[in-house]
Amino acid sequence: MTQHELAIETQGMTRTFGSLKAVNEVDLAIPRGTIYGFLGPNGCGKSTSIRMLTGLLRPSHGDIKVLGKTLPGAEEALRLRIGYMTQKFSLYDNLSVVENLIFVANIYGLAGKKAKARIQELLKLYDLEGQETQMAGSMSGGQKQRLALAAATLHKPELLFLDEPTSAVDPENRREFWERLFDLCSVGTTILVSTHYMDEAERCHGLAILEQGEKRADGSPQDLMQQMDARVVEVAGEGLRALKQQLTTEPNVLSAAQIGSRLRVLVKKQIKEPLTWLTPKVGQRILTEVRPSLEDVFVTCTGGRHVA
Amino acid sequence: MWLRIFAILFKEIKQLSRDRMTFGMIVMIPLVQLMLFGYAINTDVRHLPAGLVDLNNSSYSRALVQAVAASQVVDFTKHYASPHEAEAAITRGEIKAVLYLPADFGHRLVTHRDNSGRGKYFVQPVGQWLVDGSDTMVASAIKGLRQMPLDEVMGRSARQVRSNLEVVLYFNPEQRTVVNIVPGLLGVILTMTMVLFTSAAIVREREQGNMEFLITTPVRPLELMLGKIAPYILVGFIQVGIILGTGHWLFGVPVRGGLDSLALASLLFIFASLTLGLVISTIAKTQLQAMQMTVFVLLPSILLSGFMFPYEAMPNAAQWIAEGLPATHYMRMVRAVVLRDAEVVQLRFDALWLIGFTCLGLLIATLKFRKRLD
Repeated sequence: MTQHELAIETQGMTRTFGSLKAVNEVDLAIPRGTIYGFLGPNGCGKSTSIRMLTGLLRPSHGDIKVLGKTLPGAEEALRLRIGYMTQKFSLYDNLSVVENLIFVANIYGLAGKKAKARIQELLKLYDLEGQETQMAGSMSGGQKQRLALAAATLHKPELLFLDEPTSAVDPENRREFWERLFDLCSVGTTILVSTHYMDEAERCHGLAILEQGEKRADGSPQDLMQQMDARVVEVAGEGLRALKQQLTTEPNVLSAAQIGSRLRVLVKKQIKEPLTWLTPKVGQRILTEVRPSLEDVFVTCTGGRHVA
Repeated sequence: MWLRIFAILFKEIKQLSRDRMTFGMIVMIPLVQLMLFGYAINTDVRHLPAGLVDLNNSSYSRALVQAVAASQVVDFTKHYASPHEAEAAITRGEIKAVLYLPADFGHRLVTHRDNSGRGKYFVQPVGQWLVDGSDTMVASAIKGLRQMPLDEVMGRSARQVRSNLEVVLYFNPEQRTVVNIVPGLLGVILTMTMVLFTSAAIVREREQGNMEFLITTPVRPLELMLGKIAPYILVGFIQVGIILGTGHWLFGVPVRGGLDSLALASLLFIFASLTLGLVISTIAKTQLQAMQMTVFVLLPSILLSGFMFPYEAMPNAAQWIAEGLPATHYMRMVRAVVLRDAEVVQLRFDALWLIGFTCLGLLIATLKFRKRLD
């Protein structure tokens, strides 16, 4: 197996619930050994996609290959090779940290000394030492999340799915958590993580922006920012709220959002000189063109529907 | 495979031992139910509130009233001047029955004695019972008061009334209801707790989100099922011990049969109930649904299994339904073992039926349980 082999490959992956298309014709090609992100608002099909890729849901149609195996069909063969950390804490609240881990170890066929050694290793790695006998239900969000990650990686999976892993975690713990993900990645684990935080998405090697079940864009964060279909102009001055109202009615303005004392305006790429184009519209205010951020990419891809 | 079953088993036991409420229910349900049923269910009807319309008011009529009251079946709580008043009291629900003694009671008493002695066809009754017949138990209790020793009432020496056939009562000579109730209660309580606990077991994992993680692990459905029900076998035996022990000490219910037969019959029934719970848990989406389905099974198990009413007295259709319930078969076996010292071998039809039910249930539950969310 080479490093360049694909961990996940889908073509036209689709899942419908009744008349709702939760995931619609999504093509993915995720190389091994990378951290890949699903970025999108709630209900965009991130969780449904992950559930299809873990074999929990069958696709309505489309082809899915995970670690070279075709789904549906190879779920059981893949169980030992993939790890899954659910969005909601899915370990047992009324078992202690160690009891939870022993349970998971046994389920994965690890028992006795081997299990103990691995659990010790994980406790140390995820900073859970000294909390061995604490009930999982009484832990903080960050601790629960580290325990869940320890459980999901206990059997050293080649491919790890994380469904919004940091939604209940403070920023400092989030940083720490991402350090652990890069540790895992550096030993060859492929990680697929879903998020609706821009700063998290920016850390990924590759990224797919999902909206309403469809993939709007994909690539590395840098590529996405460079190839964005809009240019970013910041306006500084007085009366920004009124200006925002005025600009959003312009068909060539994708979005206008206030950031502190400035208004961040996304102008469509077909406007060759955004500064000259905007000047008559903003009056005496000061204009500067700035580098796009991932949020701008997201807003551009989703047509400004999710950012006011 | 065994490692995973034991992992689930130990996890269940740990969770169970930390769940005070459930743990308390395991002990309290059998105790409370035993007290309730043991003391409350009584088919020996006593002390029915009754009224008296005595228009004769002679020493004879008073003697008859005393003889009736001495039976303890009725307590004469009210006196009425006319049968109409008494009827109104029955309608209001104040009393269950009225003894009406007409004004010519003394005369009737004499002619009754003379005529019945000579074997005449039509013998005028000396009085009348007016009964609220809506409750058949009450009605038949009063019917038992149709024959009163009129000779004694009249102060003459009684003629011996001979029965044509002698009756010998086996197993419960004192005719105490509780002797029949307590072993039957085993079936009812085990149905309730076993089905309830297991039906909630898998649904709870699903509701609390544990299932989504569990089904991405290599655990197999059968392993999950077996690990889930195994701890409750022990729970079932604890309950059997509580019910029979308390039944023995508190109500003097004999345990005549061998404990091995009892244990085997109970084990088979516990298995059958647990798998029934599992089947429910694979159908129900929420714990509330699981609870409702449990009640759906529990009610016929109480009413049709022979616990309350004799199986043989039920219409055919009800008997077929009853045959489909594990409780019916267990009720038969446990009463046979506890009260009649029967062996499981003598009850092999019911034993085999329970085994078949368990295998079928386990098969359905395993097939119905999908390691998927759709």
